[in-house]
Amino acid sequence: MASTKSRPAPKEGILPAGTRAPDFSLNSTPDQKVSLKEFLGRPVILAFYPADWSPVCGDQMALYNEILPEFRKFGAELLGISVDGIWCHLAFEKDRKLKFPLLADFEPKGAVARDYGVYSPEAGSSGRALFVIDAKGVIRWSYLSPVGVNPGADGILTALEALQGK
Amino acid sequence: MSKLTMAVAPRDHAQGAESAPVTLVEYGDYECPHCGAAYPVVKKLQETLGKKLRFVFRNFPLNSIHPHAEHAAEAAECAGVQDKFWEMHDWIFENQETLGDADLLAAAKELGLDAKRFVKEMETQAFLPRVKEDFQSGVRSGVNGTPTFFINGVRHERGAAYEDLLAALQAVAAK
Repeated sequence: MASTKSRPAPKEGILPAGTRAPDFSLNSTPDQKVSLKEFLGRPVILAFYPADWSPVCGDQMALYNEILPEFRKFGAELLGISVDGIWCHLAFEKDRKLKFPLLADFEPKGAVARDYGVYSPEAGSSGRALFVIDAKGVIRWSYLSPVGVNPGADGILTALEALQGK
Repeated sequence: MSKLTMAVAPRDHAQGAESAPVTLVEYGDYECPHCGAAYPVVKKLQETLGKKLRFVFRNFPLNSIHPHAEHAAEAAECAGVQDKFWEMHDWIFENQETLGDADLLAAAKELGLDAKRFVKEMETQAFLPRVKEDFQSGVRSGVNGTPTFFINGVRHERGAAYEDLLAALQAVAAK
């Protein structure tokens, strides 16, 4: 793992389109890990977000849960990632009836978010960042949302459409 | 800046004239408390702005967190086909705590709808495709929660408080 010291601040640091997506292996349940490389051959959407239990209705993950069938039309898999621990994720998934996995970027804290250039040290959590990765594991679109703004899903769908157009 | 991808058209439920200088589009979820809070705000905006404002409501039910939202949206559409869309819309927002199917049917009767037709169209989910079309258009337009407002086609980024919306509407009206 590279030193976090040398990393630029998240704003400048988000990995841009054209970059190979760094692989990772994170827990999706207490005894199950999910690796990015498992998804080679189909598009993957990574949705980094600050924390479970956001107090707003229609928060980002609940929204994506509703839009999941649209993502699946493109054969894409959606993975949510935050620094919350796995037990927290499980409770949150159950409460919101999420139909996609949440991965725990918990130990070392935020390591994957740092690899993708979207960790916010001041907040101690990931920023709201989206990546669309193609079937070959290359980032085709990335977006870091301003603090406090839920980015919605239109950018993801546009990026998936662009992938398909190729 | 996110923009409305599906323009306001005759398919929409609108209050106010097409010629009004400002059109406010709300994407809302009938079971969402924030939309419930925005309901009297919109009423007050309509009072203040009068003929300057056209208001359009589109459905954006978040089913997994709001189990009654989609049926409520369908109920409003079922009422709409009997020319009582806004009456049902108002009833729902004024009775957000009781949105079970039996409650919706009672509302339909209270509003004087043809109950038999209402039940049939609820059961066959006759207007579900329309609700879904609203939802899809919202997703494509950058709706990121409920309520999300668009003012003359541009997403309103500030809050849903009366003052915020009024200032934004007046700024567009003055153009």
